[in-house]
Amino acid sequence: MKATIAKKGTKATMTIRDAHLFDPVQGLDTVTDVVLEKGMIARIGKSAGGGKDGRVLKADGRLLLPGFVDPHVHLRAPGREDEEDIASGTRAAASGGYVAVCAMPNTDPVADNAAVLQSLIEQAEAEAVVRVAFMGAISHGLDGERLSDMWDLADAGAVAFTDDGSPVDSGGLLRAAFRAAELVGLPLSLHCEDRTLSDRGHMNEGGVSAELGLAGIPCVAETAAVARDLDIAVFEGARVHVAHVSCAGSLGIIRAARDRGATITCEATPHHLLLSDEAVRGLDTGFKMNPPLRGEDDRRALVAALAGGTIDCIGTDHAPHAGQEKEVPFEEAPFGVIGLETAFAMLYTELVEDGDVPLETLVTAMSANPARAFGLPLPAIAEGEEANLCLVDTEQEFNIEPDRFRSKSRNTPFAGRRVKGQVRLTIAAGRVAFREENV
Amino acid sequence: MNKNLLSINDLSREEIESILVTAAKDFLELPKRDIKKVPTLRGRTVIDLFYEKSTRTSTSFELAGKRLSADVINVKADSSAMGKGESLKDTVLTLNAYGPDIIVIRHPHVGAPAFIARYTDAHVINAGDGKGGHPTQCLLDIFSLKQEYGELDGLKVAMVGDILHSRVARSNIAGFRKMGMEVTLIAPPPLLPRGVESLGAEVAYSLDALAGVDVVYLLRMQKERHGDSGMIPSLREYIARYCVGRRHISGDQRVLHPGPINRGVEIEAELADSGENLILQQVEAGLAVRMAIMYRIIVDSAAASAEALEAGAAGEDRADADIKNIRAVG
Ligand SMILES: [Zn+2]
Ligand SMILES: [Zn+2]
Repeated sequence: MKATIAKKGTKATMTIRDAHLFDPVQGLDTVTDVVLEKGMIARIGKSAGGGKDGRVLKADGRLLLPGFVDPHVHLRAPGREDEEDIASGTRAAASGGYVAVCAMPNTDPVADNAAVLQSLIEQAEAEAVVRVAFMGAISHGLDGERLSDMWDLADAGAVAFTDDGSPVDSGGLLRAAFRAAELVGLPLSLHCEDRTLSDRGHMNEGGVSAELGLAGIPCVAETAAVARDLDIAVFEGARVHVAHVSCAGSLGIIRAARDRGATITCEATPHHLLLSDEAVRGLDTGFKMNPPLRGEDDRRALVAALAGGTIDCIGTDHAPHAGQEKEVPFEEAPFGVIGLETAFAMLYTELVEDGDVPLETLVTAMSANPARAFGLPLPAIAEGEEANLCLVDTEQEFNIEPDRFRSKSRNTPFAGRRVKGQVRLTIAAGRVAFREENV
Repeated sequence: MNKNLLSINDLSREEIESILVTAAKDFLELPKRDIKKVPTLRGRTVIDLFYEKSTRTSTSFELAGKRLSADVINVKADSSAMGKGESLKDTVLTLNAYGPDIIVIRHPHVGAPAFIARYTDAHVINAGDGKGGHPTQCLLDIFSLKQEYGELDGLKVAMVGDILHSRVARSNIAGFRKMGMEVTLIAPPPLLPRGVESLGAEVAYSLDALAGVDVVYLLRMQKERHGDSGMIPSLREYIARYCVGRRHISGDQRVLHPGPINRGVEIEAELADSGENLILQQVEAGLAVRMAIMYRIIVDSAAASAEALEAGAAGEDRADADIKNIRAVG
């Protein structure tokens, strides 16, 4: 079992009436009814009456999408359950329309051996309301020196390996990891950063950092690492996923490596697609993350690369932090922002409504592409498929209010934004994982 | 003035000029009198909260507060709970409970003054925040230049040295430009921040660029911030190319330095001791300007709230305002 979910609650049986079914992978774009029976999509098409037990949900033409899959979240368990745990993190995911998330292994203890992974999977089987896939660490204790128990981790159910939170500094260790991963057929997800170049930086290096007096993290800290890491991947013929691409310069390197035959997926975060380093001027620690918010030119290049297909996944890099840890001067604050509950609405409002990115591209980057990259069940709106879908309202405007988040943390850069695209209902693995009141 | 002085950008050119007039008129001559104290801030409390070692700035603020007859409390990094891991927020909430009128803060991190302003009713004055800014230094430098030159518009200033690590450079570039001066930065590339263009100053790599300027502003070499690998090939090579001596200074050029100076690093000893520099005038100016800032930050806001009270009392809110006054007294 690669992606785990609690087997609690009954499987959904209902008719979703007059929904705008939109699933680019299935070539579906039509307003009709969907009948769910025991968690499966039994029928698509105009139905007479209710389902067998008559439960009818009037969608009134709202969008019914394949459920989202996040390739990059930090659920903070084990170790920092005060910031997030599997229950709260997956509830947050469900309220954002997600049916599956990939959890990072930089926990305490680190998920670098089968025992830790096993206990996480058991916890997810008890608590998770959406599927949770776990990544195992590349290096033992994230020390960047010795490989983790990669093969045991794969046997225990890991879907990929990553040291995210830290880059793999050593090219030699990275190469060894690619070769070890080949035996079990799993990809590596890489946080690409040359730490001798990012040094002790706190934000993007550029005009804003010069004015503020904050030490900068230059784009070359990312691009130099992407170039080296992908070079090794091409050399080894390895499968690799580039996490949180933030710089325009990384895009050309990714394209070039693909041209050389490498199998590369990559993700951009909603914050890197929607915000630039100008947002840091107020020194609000809600805008501090790694990689940092870049210049406006980089941001635009990312949006174009999402529209053009170079960036094929959206990952939130959901990184919860306790309130008191962010309630400090900017330089003392930890990196990271949360994103599960705001991703679709922010991206829909800022990119799809404005015409920069087609809805089908956004939906595919939030669902089918990350599912395929990490071998998770493909959420599909098709008869005979398990129901993994979400119903979103793209008409009603609403305010992003952190106090209403299901996450235990509040560190969002999007507080107060007025957006469209509220998730009304999420069905994950056939069960209702989230339902907005009065739906 | 606004409630707080967090950045030189908080002040308009007119406000800066008005503060400098107050400093010159009311406070500059004070040290020459027998009685060096005025009763301006009697009964007021000033807390100097210093998270970084600093002799001159903390001395200057302490003396400024005392000469204004305020009760001055010094809180140093090593003598409080700060070393015991108490957060800045909690420290400030605690200090705020004493009801201070002004908190002067020096902190190693950018934005700390704005951060604490969220947790205190006191007026907050930035006495240096990391590499961010040092607005009172900027004001005293403008004051010194005004005393020396009279007219500042069109004055050409070169700032020389470790620009990258200098909060003084950041504040002074902004402040000098606000006063109509032109600024050239002279430093080797590793000691200039990337994105330096956005600061609005010219950039030169050699002391040859000193030829065309009126004022030479030297910055302290902050070796302690250069990290393990170092940012320049060697101090010896730096000194050979960037240490300013008398031979670099012509006729009527004047030399400033925010102190503390590294003799033989950014300034040759002979120049440090010569009449061409205004370093001691800067120290005198610092006292007068900081007195003016503390005085004005209290008086201006009292005037503003009195105005607001008057405006309120004139209308139907009179009764409410009266009740508030009675409560405030009670
Ligand atoms: Zn990362
Ligand atoms: Zn991450």
